[in-house]
Amino acid sequence: MNDRQQERHAPEEQLPPPTERIPVLRWLRQNLFSSWLNAILTVIAAAVIAAVALGLLRWALGARWAVIPANLKLLLVGTYPLQYIWRVWVAVYIITFLVGLSSGSHGGLMRRISVTMALVSVVFAILPFPWATRAWLGGIALSEVVGFGLGYLGRGNRWYKRAEIGLWILSFPIILVFLNGVGGFLPVVAGRTTWGFMLNLIGAAVGIALSFPIGVLLALGRRSKLPVIRWVCTAYIELIRGVPLISLLFMASIMLQLLLPATVRPDLVIRAMMTITAFTAAYMAENVRGGLQAIPRGQYEAAYAVGLNGTLTTMLIILPQALRLVIPAIVGQFIALFMDTTLFGFIAILELLNITRSIMGNLEWRGTIFELYVFIGVVFWVVCYSMSYISRRIEKTVGVGER
Amino acid sequence: MLRVIGQVLFLLLIAAGIWWLLNNLQNNLQAIGLRIGFSFLKNTAGFPISEGIPYNPTDVNGYAFWVGIVNTLRVAVIGIVLATALGTVVGVARLSSNWLVKKLAGIYVEIVRNIPLLVQLFFWYFAVMVTALPMVGNAIRLPGPTYLSRRGVYLPWATPTDSFRTWMFYVLGGLVLAIIVYVLRRVQLKRAERPGFPIVWAVIALVLAGAGGWFLTSGSPLALSVPVLQKFNFVGGLWLSTSFTALVMGLSVYTGAFIAEIVRAGILAVSKGQTEAARAVGLKRVQVLRLVILPQALRVIIPPLASQYLNLTKNSSLAILIGYYDLMNVGTTIFNQTGRAVEMILLIMASYLTMSLLTSLLMNYYNRRMKLVER
Repeated sequence: MNDRQQERHAPEEQLPPPTERIPVLRWLRQNLFSSWLNAILTVIAAAVIAAVALGLLRWALGARWAVIPANLKLLLVGTYPLQYIWRVWVAVYIITFLVGLSSGSHGGLMRRISVTMALVSVVFAILPFPWATRAWLGGIALSEVVGFGLGYLGRGNRWYKRAEIGLWILSFPIILVFLNGVGGFLPVVAGRTTWGFMLNLIGAAVGIALSFPIGVLLALGRRSKLPVIRWVCTAYIELIRGVPLISLLFMASIMLQLLLPATVRPDLVIRAMMTITAFTAAYMAENVRGGLQAIPRGQYEAAYAVGLNGTLTTMLIILPQALRLVIPAIVGQFIALFMDTTLFGFIAILELLNITRSIMGNLEWRGTIFELYVFIGVVFWVVCYSMSYISRRIEKTVGVGER
Repeated sequence: MLRVIGQVLFLLLIAAGIWWLLNNLQNNLQAIGLRIGFSFLKNTAGFPISEGIPYNPTDVNGYAFWVGIVNTLRVAVIGIVLATALGTVVGVARLSSNWLVKKLAGIYVEIVRNIPLLVQLFFWYFAVMVTALPMVGNAIRLPGPTYLSRRGVYLPWATPTDSFRTWMFYVLGGLVLAIIVYVLRRVQLKRAERPGFPIVWAVIALVLAGAGGWFLTSGSPLALSVPVLQKFNFVGGLWLSTSFTALVMGLSVYTGAFIAEIVRAGILAVSKGQTEAARAVGLKRVQVLRLVILPQALRVIIPPLASQYLNLTKNSSLAILIGYYDLMNVGTTIFNQTGRAVEMILLIMASYLTMSLLTSLLMNYYNRRMKLVER
């Protein structure tokens, strides 16, 4: 602990610890063949890796990968009308522009994310897509560069900072309205449109944005001194956590219309998003409560002693510390929520996983089941792994567990 | 005073909301001419359930739902055993001093945890079980003999014979004996103020009684039934359906990754000094593990482990998407047949809630007992 503090105060005086150079043979001996048992384990593990890798390679070389590019549009954006596809791209640009903006003013992790995104888009633009797609892909890098420039100029300015946060918050409804369309201005995309992977992303984004504040409120409610509020919040949390998500989706698809007046019939997708939000909020509340419990009493007492009232104490002293403690758990919950959007298929919403069924039903693409599932697995893996990687980096930058 | 008013208002608001929903429900049900009631559970189900405890389409809906509950528990128990075994091995492997083993375990955990469970289940069911495996005629033969094919898995299985009942008496006697031994040993340990696991003695007593009974009973109480390929299908042995196998595989591989992380964290939570100190006071290696490391690691491991078990049970509801007749699937089938949405949802949720509540009661009991042990 002392060392770390010293390091913070005088980073330039400290040299990195000397790295020991270990010869390859000695490394092998220490790490793989230190004893007979270890040697046997190494051989077995190597055999497993070799068998799996060889099998995968042989399969991958013979697989019909053509099914992915041929159906790429269907998988990613479903049956979103082709003449409006530019709206999807603009939505992407809004996000990449904001990422660029933040990376210009913040640096560090944000900059690394934006550079990665720009690089990936350039790499994809080199791939043999149609020229129009390549141009659109190139736009990602361009929008980021523009954002970066603006952010770099504005960094340090107080008003710029506020504008940036405002833009991030505003971007959310703007994108949703933009994609769905508004009467008179942008043609509304037909209600029967299937959205493909875009729906998984939008569902997760809506779920994250709504379940987080609700979860925090529920957690505070469960720790409230007022018994009625405490009971209601506890009952809600425990009820939701006690049943599987799929049973709630079932309820949303068949029972919600019985509980609402005959005039109110929300769209199935809206109902699914409401369900996943209500579901995740209960889990989020338990994560946040874990953080609240870890805050020592002294923090409350000190806050009261300097004259803060209950609300201010919670908002300014307790919550920021508690939330910082549970960043990994919260991000884990976000990842789970994103993965849970695949369950939307259960109530006949055509998201990424469910849409593959229509491709498999196509005679032309019979027997491409492995290819499709591997593709879906890779897509989800990349997104989820990046999220958990970023969370680990954030953890480091805000210094969880270092005080 | 303000607080009381606020709470009363809050309560009134919630009550009003619930009243509004129920009122809508009543109006809507009246419009379609339905009334809430559970008498439909006594009507004939009329749909087949292909696996589980004995069941006939002529049985009533209520019994069909019970078959679903038993099927859920069957998947959950087997899944929990397999996931725990896999998770423990991988969790220990992640801490291995062998670099290759450590990396292999790490790759498994990182891959499995970041792909949605449903994608994995679909992969096991549609891709592996239904597409990749051969037809029943050229089933893959594994030692046992166990057969893998698109029809599912056929295992050799012990079936009870005529003398099984006689043997059960010995087993029951052994169980009673085991409980007595357990209590006696526990009292003895407590008096001597020594730590230990009295359950080991109880298990030995049970096994001895069972083995003794086996020899005393005339004729073997269990006979081995081996699957044999007839004209169209296998006969004999134990049949595990395609969807059951895929569900168990998917759930245990998925949950195993989470359990591995829990086991790893539990072992890391016991500091190295504990081992060294225990060795220094002269305990043997086995004793160190049994008396110092395990009790402390288990205290960290068991609460999250229990919640993983619960997750596995709840996740088994995805069975409906690969055609296994668990309680969710039977429940929705009954709904499709009878149109009883409200009642079936209540029944389904009540079943899952009961399982969750029982588990959390057990956990609370365990935590309280563990707290007493604390210094």
